[in-house]
Formats: sequence, structure tokens, C-alpha cells
Amino acid sequence: MGLLIALLTLVLVGLVLAIVSAPLRRARASSSSEPARDLRAPAGAGASVTPAGAPAALQAARVREELEAAREAKYREIRDAELDYRTGKLSAEDYRAIDADLRTEAIEILNRLERLKPRDA
Amino acid sequence: MAGFGFACLVLALVVCAYGIWASLYGVRSGRMEYADSGRRSVYAFAGVISVAVLVLEIAFLGNDFAFNTVADTSSRTTPGLYKAAAIWSSQEGSLLVWAWLMSLWSSLALFLTRKRIRDVAAYATAIMLGFGAFFVFLMVAYANPFATTDPAPPEGVGLDPLLRFPTMMIHPPMLYSGYTLCTIPLAFGMGALLARRVDAEWIRAIRRFAFAAWLFLGAGIMLGALWSYSELGWGGYWGWDAVENAALLPWLTGTAFLHSLMIQEKRGMLKVWNVSLVLATGTLAIMGTFLVRSGILDSIHAFGGHTLGVPFVILIGALIGGSIYLVVSRREMLRSEHRLDSLLSRESMFLLNNLVLVGLVFVIIWGTYFPLISEALTGREASVGPPWFDRYTVPLALVLVLLSGIGPVIAWRRATLANARRNFLVPIACALLTLVLLLSGFPPGVTSKPLALAMFCCAAFAIASIGQEFFRGTRARRAMAAEPAPLALVALVRRNRRRYGGYIVHVGMAVLFIGVAASSSFQHTKELQLSPGQSARVGSYEVRYVRPTATLTPKFDTAHTGSTLSLGAVLEVTESRAPARHVATLEPSEGFYSSDEASQGSVGSLIGGQPVSHIAMNVGVTRNVWTAIEPDIETPALKRIVTVGDKTLPPEDGIVAVAYLAREYLKHPPPAEFNLLVSPLVMWIWVGGLIVVGGALIAIWPAPSAVRRRVAARSRARSVGGLARA
Repeated sequence: MGLLIALLTLVLVGLVLAIVSAPLRRARASSSSEPARDLRAPAGAGASVTPAGAPAALQAARVREELEAAREAKYREIRDAELDYRTGKLSAEDYRAIDADLRTEAIEILNRLERLKPRDA
Repeated sequence: MAGFGFACLVLALVVCAYGIWASLYGVRSGRMEYADSGRRSVYAFAGVISVAVLVLEIAFLGNDFAFNTVADTSSRTTPGLYKAAAIWSSQEGSLLVWAWLMSLWSSLALFLTRKRIRDVAAYATAIMLGFGAFFVFLMVAYANPFATTDPAPPEGVGLDPLLRFPTMMIHPPMLYSGYTLCTIPLAFGMGALLARRVDAEWIRAIRRFAFAAWLFLGAGIMLGALWSYSELGWGGYWGWDAVENAALLPWLTGTAFLHSLMIQEKRGMLKVWNVSLVLATGTLAIMGTFLVRSGILDSIHAFGGHTLGVPFVILIGALIGGSIYLVVSRREMLRSEHRLDSLLSRESMFLLNNLVLVGLVFVIIWGTYFPLISEALTGREASVGPPWFDRYTVPLALVLVLLSGIGPVIAWRRATLANARRNFLVPIACALLTLVLLLSGFPPGVTSKPLALAMFCCAAFAIASIGQEFFRGTRARRAMAAEPAPLALVALVRRNRRRYGGYIVHVGMAVLFIGVAASSSFQHTKELQLSPGQSARVGSYEVRYVRPTATLTPKFDTAHTGSTLSLGAVLEVTESRAPARHVATLEPSEGFYSSDEASQGSVGSLIGGQPVSHIAMNVGVTRNVWTAIEPDIETPALKRIVTVGDKTLPPEDGIVAVAYLAREYLKHPPPAEFNLLVSPLVMWIWVGGLIVVGGALIAIWPAPSAVRRRVAARSRARSVGGLARA
């Protein structure tokens, strides 16, 4: 029984090590096959950067995520405003004013997204 | 195999420690492969803990009484389903289940966010693994679920009789799921503050987990209330018990969070509120977990034996201190991006809603924890009972129900008075009509309960308001899409799941509160002694004690409750006014269980354990008739049977005396104590709860990805086109 427990424990430890170390092994493999690293590359698996705060790529990804979240939220606001108008909670005048504001804000967000560098494939 | 189980715990602790380091190192240095390794540590932690749970479950199902946990909470005669569920009936097993559920939810949350908010997720990973390490450490150091005894006892003690009911199989896992899910938004909230990323993206990532936590906690609370009403012998569903309150508190702050997060998503407002609410919800969930393991309580919910109070107090202190520090130090970036446009707006209503909910939380915290702290410090028993809680919570509940009808009818940003007047006309008319009907004397006596009257009117207002929303929304959809009404309604809900799912939740809460107000304000109750042939009147019903009943296990114990002896009564319930229509035949009983005390004798030990009431009730749309019995087995004749049996019979023949006692009870039944209740509209509490669950599922259900893409594309095109036209 003691031998069985030891074997089972070893198998479990091996599985854990394999799961947990996979990203590190991938990073090592990609860094050994690409010695000259472009620090502007997106921070995917294997990216390694100078430890001077968040890398530029990570920062760009962060800004893109924030803008995409803001864009989705703005679309929801536009839909909600229309539904509020159609269900009689907003007057036509108020709806036109709010809708124009929201669409302006949405365009601004879309423009800011367009100005960001495109994602790498 | 116990050794393998313990090895899993140690390995889990090591994985947690590595994962915390890797996540923090990865996010601080920018080496995201280490952050990814930290995320995978959560998956590995979940896997290892799952193996540990499997080892313990196999021990339960295989009756391996070498495991102390199995010996203390199970037996060979425990039915299979209860054996499988017994894992969470002990301190040790429940800690393991807590860690397991938390690991699963954490893995799911991190999997779903693996490509987004990676910096926030890395910090959240470290926090979630911190919780995992805490609970595993408790098991390794204080409450080992894999502790063994050698030689193993031949038989276990069995499951606590109070837990041998189907609802108790679901109630704990639901509550644990709710508590553990609360840690996910807390971890991401702290992660967002640590990463200095307090935009709406982290909210978007955890919104469904916050909703799921709210749903599971709510379902767990409802199931606990249902168990209390259906199985315990006091006839109530909510007693403001400390453990009940401890589960309600994070549910209330979670409710506030689910409302105000919408405002941050839309308007970038209430950021301080949202992070504070999410941190409070997680901390209150930990406090609820702490309460039953602290040694403070003596109740069915409390785990006796080891006290884990000190480690929990340290953790809660760290959570509170850390939360305050993070919110205060990041207050500049938590400033609102906009201001309230108008007091007459949905944002204002949500803010008012938050204030009321937080007010409720403070009342309940004061009433729950102050007496416990006072008793701990002074040694004098202090308690705050239901009348104290009702005095402060009922008015706040009235305001909440009213707001649940006002909020849906008011527009975002600003509403005009003219529109508000038009939109409130029908709901106010419905509330007034309800008031007139009730004041006209139907049902009798309603005017003597002004708070209940107010609740009925507020609920009518809320239900009418939401009904109006569905009607107008369907009408608008039909005008746009030329669909038949049923299709338009379905399409309306599918395209606006969050809004209309939330509206359905509001309806469910209004229905639930109608049931609570009616059953608590207009209940008829009678506690009295009856002999066979005697009757009692309760409310508008006559209850007659027809004859006694007695059953011996195992052959006749159809409820598989494990009682040695069950004594009860057959009751005939009829309407008290002519023509005295038969309503129901009820058979309440009380089960007498074996005890561990061999000193009680061969017969006494068979029935000397804690007696458990098995109530009987007739459920109706308008009322429930509820009965409980406390048979008297202490009469001289029955005591003599036990005494003689103890003196003359060996342990294996004790059951003969018990059978003789049962026969004597049937032949010469002594008067029994009965508790009779007639409670109006109780069924609607559970119906309301089901409606809430249904609405929550609609709100939380993700739209199919193809639909999301079509909707997003149409919105994008219309946004650009609209500006071009302007």
C-alpha cells in the first residue's frame, strides 16, 4: 500500500509539474529559436521584456482592451436609450439629444481604436 | 489511501505557494510566461484537490471507518445518497469541499479571462491561490480530513438526524458555491486596484461570476428556509439566526453591486461603490464561513471540536485592512467620469437602492455580531431576537420593493416629470386598487397590520410597473419587427436578457415578499395538549386527533431517517364552518434515535439520542396547514418498560423492549403536545424564489456568439451612420 501511495503521489507531482511548467518551457523554446526579440511584439506566450514596469506591448494591449470594453458599453447604452424611448420613458426631444451624445462618444472611441496599432495575427 | 489524500493536501499547498510567487513575479517583471504558469497553478490546484475529494468520497461510500471523518458522520446503515453528501457535514470535510469549489470556480474564471486583463488576472490569481493556501493550511495544521484511527472502528456514528433530508443534500453545496463564488469578484477587484486598472473591463470579466454567486447564495438561503419550515418543529422559515444572517449579508451587498455595476459600465460612475461592495461581499462571505467554525455558536450549523477562530480572524483582518488601504490609496483613479444628470434618473434610483441595501447590511451586522462580541467580552449571554430585526428591516424592505418598481420605469440619465407621471399612472392605480380591496375587508383583519398592508400595495405597484414594461417593450418590438406578440415578447427578452431577466427577478422578489408579509402577519397558531378523539380549532380549521401511530426501523422507516422508533398521530383537518368539508389527513411524528451513551442501558441507548420532529402539512395556494407533535414517552408506564428492559435485556435484544413500548403507546396513548399552524400564502415564498432563479438565469445566460457578433455589427453601423446623418 505504501508503494502504491508513493507511486500515485509521484504521478500526481509529475502531472502538476507538466501543467505548471508548460508556459515556461514554451517561452524558453521560443527565446532559444529567436535570439533577437522585438520588444514591441504583443505579450503573448514567450514574450520576455525588460523589467522596467509594464512592457509597451502589454500597455498597448491594455489600452485596446479598455477601449473595446468602452465601445461595447457604448453600444449597449445606445440600444438602451432607444428602448427607453420606444417604451415611453424618454421624450422624442430627450432621446434625440441623448442619442446624438452617445453616438458622438461611440465615434470617438472607434476613432481611438482605429489609431491604435493593429493586433499581430 | 489516507496517506495519499494527505499528500494531495501538501502538494496543493506547495502548488499554491508557487502559483502566488509566479503570478506576482510575472506581472511585476512583465514576464507573462510566469503569470501564465501561475494561472496554470490554479488548474493544477483544482486537479489535486479534486483527487483529494475523490479519495474521501471513496472512503465514505466504501464505509472505511479508519478515516475519522467517515466514522464520525456516516455508518453502514446510512443511505447511499446521504453517505455521499456526508463529506460536508464535518468541519474537515466541509473545508475540503470549500477549497475544492473555490478551485473550480477560480479555474473557470481564469480560463475565461486568459486572453484579457492579464495584469489584473495575474494579481487575482495570486489572491485566489492565497485563499486556497489558507484553507489547505487549515486542513493540514488543524482539521485533517484524512486523519485515521488504528484499529478502525467496526461501525460509524452515522449522520446527524437533522441532516437526513433531501433538501439538506442541496442546501450546503449551494451555499458553499455562493460563498466561494464571492471570492472571485473580490480577487479581481483587488487585482484591478493593484494593477491600477479600475475601468469597466474587470467588471465585465467578473459580472457573471458575481451574478452566479448571488444566485447560488440566494438559492442556498431559500433552501435553508424551506428546510427550516418543512423539517424543523418550530413552523418558521426565518428566525434571524446568526448563521442565516451571515449568509444574507454578502447576498445583500452582492445585490447592491449587481445594480451599481451597471452604472459604472454605462457612465463610469460609482467606482468607489463598486470596488467597496465587491470587497465587502467577499469579506462577508469569509466572515460567514468563519462564524460556523469559530466556536462561538452552538447550533446545527456549527462545527464543533476544533476552533479555527484565530486563523479566520487574522484572514478577515487582513482582508479588511487590505481593502481599506487599496481603496484609499487608489481614490484618485476611482473618481467618477461623470456626474448625476438628474435626481429623476435610473442612476439616482440605483444609488438610493444601494443606500437602502447597505443600511440593511449595517442593521443585520449590528444585530448579529454585537451580541456575540458582547458575550465573548463580558461572558453574559446577550441576544437580539426577531422583533428587533423586524423593527428595522421591514421598513427598509418596503422601500426596496417600492424602488424595484420605480427603477425600471425611469430612464437612464434623465427623465422628465411629464414622462414619469405617464409611466407611473398604471402602477399607482394598481397599488391603489389593491389598497381599496384590502381596506374593504378582504381578507378579514388586514387593516390591523399596516406594514403588511403597505407591503401588499408596494408589491402590487412593483408587479404592475414591470408588467407595463413587458407590455410596452413587446409593443415596441412588434412595431419595429412586425412580429406576433408572443414572438415579439421572446425576441424582446432574448435581445435584452440583462434588463428583462432583472425585471423578472424583481417580480419574483415582490411575490416572495407578499408571501412573507402574509404568512408572518396573519398566521394562526396553537400549542396545546390533545388526547385521541379531542379537537382544536386553529384559524378557520378544526383539527381532530384521530389515533396514535408507532413505527420501528428499518422496515417501516420510509423516510430513511434512521430513527429507532417513531411515534406520531393521525390528524383529520376539516373546515370549521358548515358544511365542515374535509381538508386533509396529516400524520406528524417524532423520531427517537440511538445515542452513543452505553450508560443509558440496552433499551435507553436505542431511543436516548436527540429526538427529531417530522412535521406534516397540507400545502395550498392560499394557505398551509402545518402540524408537529411531541409525544410523551416519559409516562410512568412507558418509563417502566425502558427501566425493566435496561435491567434485564442484553444490548442485542433491546429492540424487543422498544417494540413493546410502541405497542403500549398505541394501546394507551398519553396526551401529546401539538403545534398547529395555519399560515397564509407560504407557497408564494417558494414560488417567488423560483421566479427569482428563473429571472437570474435569463439575465446571466450568454447570448450565442453569432448573435453577439450580429448585434455588435449592427450597433457599429448604426452608430457611424447616425453621426453621418446628424
